[in-house]
Amino acid sequence: MTTNISSGGRAKCELSFTVNGERRTVRVHPMERLLDVLRQELALTGAKEGCAEGECGSCSVLMDGALVNSCLVPILQAKSANIVTIEGLAAGAQLNCLQEAFLDFGGAQCGICTPGMILAASHLLQRNPQPTIGDIREGLSGNLCRCTGYVQIFDAVAKAVQFKART
Amino acid sequence: MRSDPADYELVAPANLQEIVALLAEEPGTWLPIAGGTDVMVQYAAGKLSARKLVSIWNLPELRHIEVLADEVRIGAGCTYTDLRENETVGREFPLLVSAASWTGGIANQNRGTLGGNVVNASPAADSLPALLAYEAELILVSIRGERRVPYLDFHTDYKKTKLASDELIRDICLSRRFSEYFSYTRKVGARQAQAISKVCVAALGRLDGGKVKDVRIAVGSVAPVPLRLLETERIVQGKAIEPSLLLLAKKIAVAEIRPIDDIRSTMRYRSTVVGNLVAEFLEKLRANEPAI
Ligand SMILES: Cc1cc2nc3c(=O)[nH]c(=O)nc-3n(C[C@H](O)[C@H](O)[C@H](O)COP(=O)(O)OP(=O)(O)OC[C@H]3O[C@@H](n4cnc5c(N)ncnc54)[C@H](O)[C@@H]3O)c2cc1C
Ligand code: FES
Ligand code: FES
Repeated sequence: MTTNISSGGRAKCELSFTVNGERRTVRVHPMERLLDVLRQELALTGAKEGCAEGECGSCSVLMDGALVNSCLVPILQAKSANIVTIEGLAAGAQLNCLQEAFLDFGGAQCGICTPGMILAASHLLQRNPQPTIGDIREGLSGNLCRCTGYVQIFDAVAKAVQFKART
Repeated sequence: MRSDPADYELVAPANLQEIVALLAEEPGTWLPIAGGTDVMVQYAAGKLSARKLVSIWNLPELRHIEVLADEVRIGAGCTYTDLRENETVGREFPLLVSAASWTGGIANQNRGTLGGNVVNASPAADSLPALLAYEAELILVSIRGERRVPYLDFHTDYKKTKLASDELIRDICLSRRFSEYFSYTRKVGARQAQAISKVCVAALGRLDGGKVKDVRIAVGSVAPVPLRLLETERIVQGKAIEPSLLLLAKKIAVAEIRPIDDIRSTMRYRSTVVGNLVAEFLEKLRANEPAI
């Protein structure tokens, strides 16, 4: 079977996808993880590697609007996708309301889990603009934090919900 | 040790026909990868023996839910989120939707597929007891055509299935005849979210004049394969649910399972919990108490 390069193979292949609104093209092995491509090829180091097995959520990004763990996505499956990383949430120096709320409520300490927490929260609010505390806990249940004890994070998300409702 | 991506091949043919042709060309060589939530974990740990992978992620032929007069056909490539968001599935198959809602976190539910859960064939997989309770049937496709098989004996041993090396699961078919049944399901894990089951039960039942007319009881994590408790079902059939029946059902259920001691739990704990959950199901069925 001869495989055409745009559909993958073992050799490096060229593929394009959109990252934070910009069209990007990379030459990579098709089994490279989306996480590594973002961090190493595109120098977007917001997504972190915590566990490399889908358990911690620190590598979370949005892929075609859906929250995914980028450590479990082979890059070929992200071909032509629309990816949003934490770097794509703020508009220039203007932080997004979740980012503001995390700062105000001590939702970030060491910061390793924060990009994933904020993307998971953003994904939740897109689907459910008025989440209950139960919904917030469920929406963030795939994201682990070793520092905050979670309460500040849940408070920050609840605050961002109120803030959004007002504006 | 971590795998080197340069050692692996991954292709993404455009349609199902090309994929089954590839599987047939070199049987047993190409490993399908759907949402990758099992495959990529093995890959990252350097434990993936296949070197050639074929992506079936987001394939339109595998990612649709079809509502027919007597059954609902769920494409094997549907994610847990697809299941949770589908109105018919939500209304008629609450056991499956509950299982979907406790399968890892949201990111996992956005990628993990029902077909992947079946073929990965972990005895602890959460949707499999629900599929057993609903008496699911699978439509398997290959270049040779398609065949329809009952899910009941699809798992032949620990992590072994009846899937041929050139086959894919295309659909998981769920009969709509259970939609009026009483549903009960519980997952017992170390914590509420993101925990592999110690025991997982899915059950359906119906009473007639205070007696058990029909029940289905399935359990995960207590044998090399997900199990339907056929003997327990038979014993309670036609009987009134009273304390003596509960005791008997517990005893029979515990005799039907083959739990082991492992890192998550012990044989003794699992046996006790299965007995208690079977009794709890029957009590709630009698009282018609919402159990999901
Ligand atoms: C953090 C985390 C938490 C998890 N929590 C749970 C949990 O709570 N409960 C649970 O049950 N599971 C859990 N899982 C396991 C996993 O998410 C599920 O088993 C999931 O359904 C696998 O689907 P997938 O599409 O990702 O499979 P993949 O990893 O893509 O594939 C798994 C296997 O299935 C085969 N396959 C996939 N689709 C088909 C098809 N249509 N036809 C033939 N073969 C196919 C593949 O070749 C492979 O052998 C968890 C995983 C992670 C990473
Ligand atoms: S690094 Fe991806 S989930 Fe932990
Ligand atoms: S702030 Fe440190 S892990 Fe969450």
